[in-house]
Amino acid sequence: MNIEIRGISKRFGPVQANQDIDLDIRAGEVLGLLGENGAGKSTLMNVLSGLYRPDSGDIIIDGTAVSFDGPGDSIAAGIGMVHQHFMLVPVFSVVENVILGVEPTGAADYLDLDAARAQVQQINDSYGMEVPSDALIEDLPVGIQQRVEILKVLFRSADVLILDEPTAVLTPQEVEAFFGIVRALRDAGKAIVFITHKLHEILEIADRVSVLRQGRIVGNGVPSEFSEADLAEMMVGRPVSFSVGREAATPGQPVLELADVSLLDAGLEARLQSISMTVRAGEIVGVAGVQGNGQTELVEAITGLASVNAGRVTFNGIDITATSVRQRHRMGIAHIPEDRLKSGMVAGFTVAENMVLNRYYDERVARGVVIDWSRAEEQAAAACLKFDVRTPSVFLGAGSLSGGNQQKMVVARELERDVRLVVASQPTRGVDVGSIEFIHQQLMACRDAGNAVLIISSELDEILDLSDRIYVMFEGRVTAEFDNQDSCADRNAIGLAMAGVNRTEAA
Amino acid sequence: MNSQTTAAAPRAIDWRASITGGALILLALVIAFLLDSPWDSVSTFKISRPRDVWVVGHLTLPSQWFTTIAAVVLAFLGTRLFLKGGGRWTTLSLAVALVILAMAFLVWATAGKSISLTGMLQATVVRAVPIALAALGGILCERVGVINIAIEGMLLAGAFAGALFGSLMGGWAGIICAMLIGGVFGLLLAVLVITYRVDQIIAGVVINLFVLGLTSYVSSQVFAEFRWLNKATPFRAFKIPVLGDIPLVGPVLFNQNLFVYGALILVTLSTYYLFHTRFGLRARAVGEHPRAADTLGIDVIKTRYAHVIAAGMVAGFGGAWFTLGSVGRFDENMTFGRGFIGLAAMIFGRWHPLGALAAALIFGFADSLQQKLSILNTPIPSEFLSMAPYIATIVVVAGLVGQARPPAAIGKPYVKD
Repeated sequence: MNIEIRGISKRFGPVQANQDIDLDIRAGEVLGLLGENGAGKSTLMNVLSGLYRPDSGDIIIDGTAVSFDGPGDSIAAGIGMVHQHFMLVPVFSVVENVILGVEPTGAADYLDLDAARAQVQQINDSYGMEVPSDALIEDLPVGIQQRVEILKVLFRSADVLILDEPTAVLTPQEVEAFFGIVRALRDAGKAIVFITHKLHEILEIADRVSVLRQGRIVGNGVPSEFSEADLAEMMVGRPVSFSVGREAATPGQPVLELADVSLLDAGLEARLQSISMTVRAGEIVGVAGVQGNGQTELVEAITGLASVNAGRVTFNGIDITATSVRQRHRMGIAHIPEDRLKSGMVAGFTVAENMVLNRYYDERVARGVVIDWSRAEEQAAAACLKFDVRTPSVFLGAGSLSGGNQQKMVVARELERDVRLVVASQPTRGVDVGSIEFIHQQLMACRDAGNAVLIISSELDEILDLSDRIYVMFEGRVTAEFDNQDSCADRNAIGLAMAGVNRTEAA
Repeated sequence: MNSQTTAAAPRAIDWRASITGGALILLALVIAFLLDSPWDSVSTFKISRPRDVWVVGHLTLPSQWFTTIAAVVLAFLGTRLFLKGGGRWTTLSLAVALVILAMAFLVWATAGKSISLTGMLQATVVRAVPIALAALGGILCERVGVINIAIEGMLLAGAFAGALFGSLMGGWAGIICAMLIGGVFGLLLAVLVITYRVDQIIAGVVINLFVLGLTSYVSSQVFAEFRWLNKATPFRAFKIPVLGDIPLVGPVLFNQNLFVYGALILVTLSTYYLFHTRFGLRARAVGEHPRAADTLGIDVIKTRYAHVIAAGMVAGFGGAWFTLGSVGRFDENMTFGRGFIGLAAMIFGRWHPLGALAAALIFGFADSLQQKLSILNTPIPSEFLSMAPYIATIVVVAGLVGQARPPAAIGKPYVKD
């Protein structure tokens, strides 16, 4: 099945999400769709999967123009979408999830699970997916859950598969296995659209590539004709430097020490198990791991948002295990939260109001119980300038800034003071390349000024680029520690540790 | 990396099991020291009744021996929970302990006397019916992600409609109208919480208060004057041939009225529906992950509407039990919180119709126990005895805190973006 997209445009209010887009999706081919966050990739794919109606333009399937009124039409036409956030019912089995909505039934509406199981098994075998069909989704690792999503699409006999940022949640080894499945699908004649912002994935898996920037197609071609730098320049619109230019670290005294820290959740499940780690002055320590392996809880334990059930947290030699969040903050611990919209900022506040959230009570802006707004606004304006927050005014609602500017605003608030330790969780998630560079430079500057920096990220490249030392977390434990002074830690070994394969390398 | 001794992972303290265990030990002490009877006294339980086809002898138990053994078993269960934690056995231990406790009470109260075991179990089943039906209504709602606090009001509306239309048009019409009225309140709840996204708890409470006020007003103002409006003929028990003659089981299960059979059939049907049919699977998906269901072309809104209305009809049928299944007359607030007890049974039964039925039977037993105990002239004041079903509810719900897992999407309105 071939799809031609011709002249698709889609506008949301003032934002032109897609403009005059032409794209060819061909059977037996992997089309890589490359673009930054907010470039319009998701909009385009939602048009194709029937969620949005385009303002203008045509979708032509095998020579016939079609129009979709909803996801149902698109599924019926043979287009299957694998969402970035899985659409699986955790307490259902694999088979139940796969058949949901198109269930084979017998008399009296009886669910024919045996027939379904056989069918699922057959698809399973033909692409080497190895998914246990009776396991519950919640018991399966993320990589397998993703295969269930693909099974779902194939069970509905889709000929075109749209994969939205499919590798974001996978370890490097899982990515390899996943690419194997993608190739098997391609060789079976399926058309595949692979959406990503990771350049090396495009070079590895795509047969053709189209690059989106600001809602337009800015480049088409065969990946082998491009280098990573070419693709990056197309994606961003200007030359991009890849490495941060890191000089050797000169670590000093330990600033943060965790000794056998354990944390239980409300259901008494262990989220952190005997974590011990050290972050010294003048070094950046990275925590790698697939999302949901205790990183969130680790940050909460360090910043005081959660109280630990066992173990000790020490800051500059002082036991802070029982110290309040504000005390820790005032001692010089800065926290860049993993989800800025949830816990980093108030979208309904102005930039200036967001900037006083960590200082409204102290001498910098408060006069007794009253906030001195003119001073607060002055400080906010200065911080915006220093941290490259591009906003026409500090009175603008923070929610209307771009993701990159929001993140820089959070970074500005946290770092624009005397800090000793920076805990940065997913510091560049959903942020444009320019802001990523800037934030990375700021974190490096913090290190070079003799502060301790802890970076928690599920982007392994970010960890490898910035860190002097790397811890790997898996299921609430530190499974390995790597030295990365010269940025040459073994990617493969880190990947294995992320998957829980126990192989500790001496630091 | 580090050669120090690795600290043992902290043992998760299972507070729930500890507390439950402690409570059981306490109950064991109560049985051991308060439920005293002479060592030679005997409790007699009659099984066969005068006109039975097959006659079985009486069951006699040495009273003091029985209570002592019950105390020991309870203490054992309690200690085990307290020391080792219960894990998935906590619920089962609790259920077993409750049954033993009830039996010990019964044996103690009957010491030196005799009681009809068959009659008591028969009453247990009868009294479990409205609770089971309320629980079933709750399950149908919550499985699609809607909390139904309004079950109590729906029961009451069903009881009212059953009495009124039963008096006017006869029993069958009464049942049908009770179900229709229940369905109307289901529709009202659905409109409020699904379409207008009113907080589900608040909407439920509002419906409860509305039904209570309305029925109380009508019964005190209208029924008091026109008595013939509140004088329905209740459904009588009918014996199923052969099966009804089996000793003990026959009278308990096969010689009952329409509501008992109806409840058993509904529980069976809904178990089949929820877990073995296509639409049951879709319904559960809607309650667990509505967005996933939506992306697969399942209409979340329609599914929720259908189930909430069906739940209202089941509750209406359960409500009719209060009037058409027993006395034929409506009294102010005659459901006495049975709807809420039903919701407790739903939780205890883990949102499964069969589990809810089992839980309803425990509550029904507590209910019929208090009735029998007050007849047997025990030294416990009858006010305390009538608290039994509610105490059982509190114990059960408290013992389950944090353990039972409701459908994931419960209480959240579905917003398509």
